[in-house]
Amino acid sequence: MTAIDAGPAVAGRARPRTRRQFAPLWMLLPAAAVLVPLFVYPIYQLGLLSVLDFRQAQVSGGQPTRFIGLDNYAELMSAPKFWSVLWATVVFAAALVVVTLAVGAALAVLLTKVSRWAAIALSLAAMAAWAAPAMTGSTVWMFLFDTNLGLVNRVLGWEGHNWTYERFSAFALVGAVVVWHSFPFVMVTLYAGIKALPEQVLEAAQLDGAGPWRSFWSVTVPMLRPVIAIVVIQSIIWDFKIFTQIYVMTNGGGIAGQNLTLNVYAYQQAFASSEYGLGSAIGVVMMLILLAVTLVYLRMLRRSGEPL
Amino acid sequence: MSRRVVPNTIALLIALVVAFPIYWMVLSALKPAGEIQSATPVPWTFNPTLDSFQRVLQVNDFGRYFMNSLIVALAVVALSGLVAFLAAVALTRFRFRFRTTLLVLFLIAQMVPIEALTIPLFFLVRDLGALNTLFSLILVHFAFTLPLAVWMLRGFVAAIPDEIEEAAQLDGASRWQILWRILFPLVAPGLAATSVFSFITAWNDFLFARTFIISATENQTLPMALLVFFKPDENDWGGIMAASVLMTVPVLIFFMFVQRRLVSGLAGAVKD
Repeated sequence: MTAIDAGPAVAGRARPRTRRQFAPLWMLLPAAAVLVPLFVYPIYQLGLLSVLDFRQAQVSGGQPTRFIGLDNYAELMSAPKFWSVLWATVVFAAALVVVTLAVGAALAVLLTKVSRWAAIALSLAAMAAWAAPAMTGSTVWMFLFDTNLGLVNRVLGWEGHNWTYERFSAFALVGAVVVWHSFPFVMVTLYAGIKALPEQVLEAAQLDGAGPWRSFWSVTVPMLRPVIAIVVIQSIIWDFKIFTQIYVMTNGGGIAGQNLTLNVYAYQQAFASSEYGLGSAIGVVMMLILLAVTLVYLRMLRRSGEPL
Repeated sequence: MSRRVVPNTIALLIALVVAFPIYWMVLSALKPAGEIQSATPVPWTFNPTLDSFQRVLQVNDFGRYFMNSLIVALAVVALSGLVAFLAAVALTRFRFRFRTTLLVLFLIAQMVPIEALTIPLFFLVRDLGALNTLFSLILVHFAFTLPLAVWMLRGFVAAIPDEIEEAAQLDGASRWQILWRILFPLVAPGLAATSVFSFITAWNDFLFARTFIISATENQTLPMALLVFFKPDENDWGGIMAASVLMTVPVLIFFMFVQRRLVSGLAGAVKD
């Protein structure tokens, strides 16, 4: 019954305390009944699989499952392929985050400078891009950049140019789709944040002789810090986990796996090569990286004083 | 007003570029086959036809996949919304031990790369004998949409003043009545916003459909069905675009409805 809130004290109101202890319990039970078997247990299972020798023979029961400790991880660490995929994932995600934030932030600022009709036009276009399912976004962009019938090649006069043939250009194309999908969230969120800022502060900065550039960097950005933190973390998490676009647009990870990211790599190891133990180990590595990002996020939240 | 001409022009141009792929999708779905294949594609058509839609719906049984996707998404929305509502009320209206811990866990759960969980979940679903069923997809998305739903609803529940419940309590309303007769209707707008997220997650799912629905093509959902049109020799782009339009429209409609709340719900720190 003791409140262990680190946040600000709740307004002290004497509430009737009869049977209070049991109420939250039964209300949380349904959620627990779903999350424990379908969320918590699979995470444990993933960890377990990653330390087992678990391949097609074990799945069909032809061979007993063996505990092999960290062998799967050792195998990963010694494989150049794993390092190149990990490296590609980090670079790809970082590039996406930077571009998405730059585009989203620039357009959020633009929204504050335009007439109402222009703001509505841009918002509607962004909404459409945001709402489009990853799958259909991928197919449309594939059509636009199709080797023979694509509009882009026709306009450029590059008939026969295959955009997914080269590793870099394939990543760039997938990246463009992802940015198109995800900048609207950044734009809309930052715009809402800017709108919520008190006018007086910006006016005061103006009176003190700060130009628009100066007041943007010295006043607006610091005040938006909590919102920016949310947008950055969300983007990192989303961009690190891109799956559908890569899988669909590069046909499962590109020519000879040149466009694999950790996510798709883990999937292919498990379901295409039946190396379930190895695939799980890659999954665990991903999980640890994202957990680290999350912990940084939680620390930032705590610092900005958001009560939970 | 003249100082706005430049930013307005830039905004309009960007809007056109951003909206273009959507426009191209709709246009290509309506173009006759000859124009899709033409060497000089133009951004308009004078002979719009529903041929591609007809082909997609009749020959490829797309309507069935559409219904499958709809069943999964709506079931997920209903289940996830109800359970998340109860959990959100418990986490905002009561103070109890481990409450903060639970909240942090719900937050962390949103960061878990669920793609990595396809491997253990595949075995779990297989052992349940649920492979190739829509039920398996409902089950996993129910679990994966819950954390975000709880997190979003929390803010909406917290925004309802305590006094309303206290007044109801004084009037002799039971806890059960307060929950369903008072809190539930008041949280309904937030529930709508949360539902859209759950809907979109389930509707857009490609990965689990690909993993769980192996042989039962009649239980395939939209994203996987789209891949049917990709052929090694000649992609049926008209068909792909028509199918893409059919898949995008429901989401667009939902999105327009709740886009205002979406932002406040997603960015918990932004106070409207």
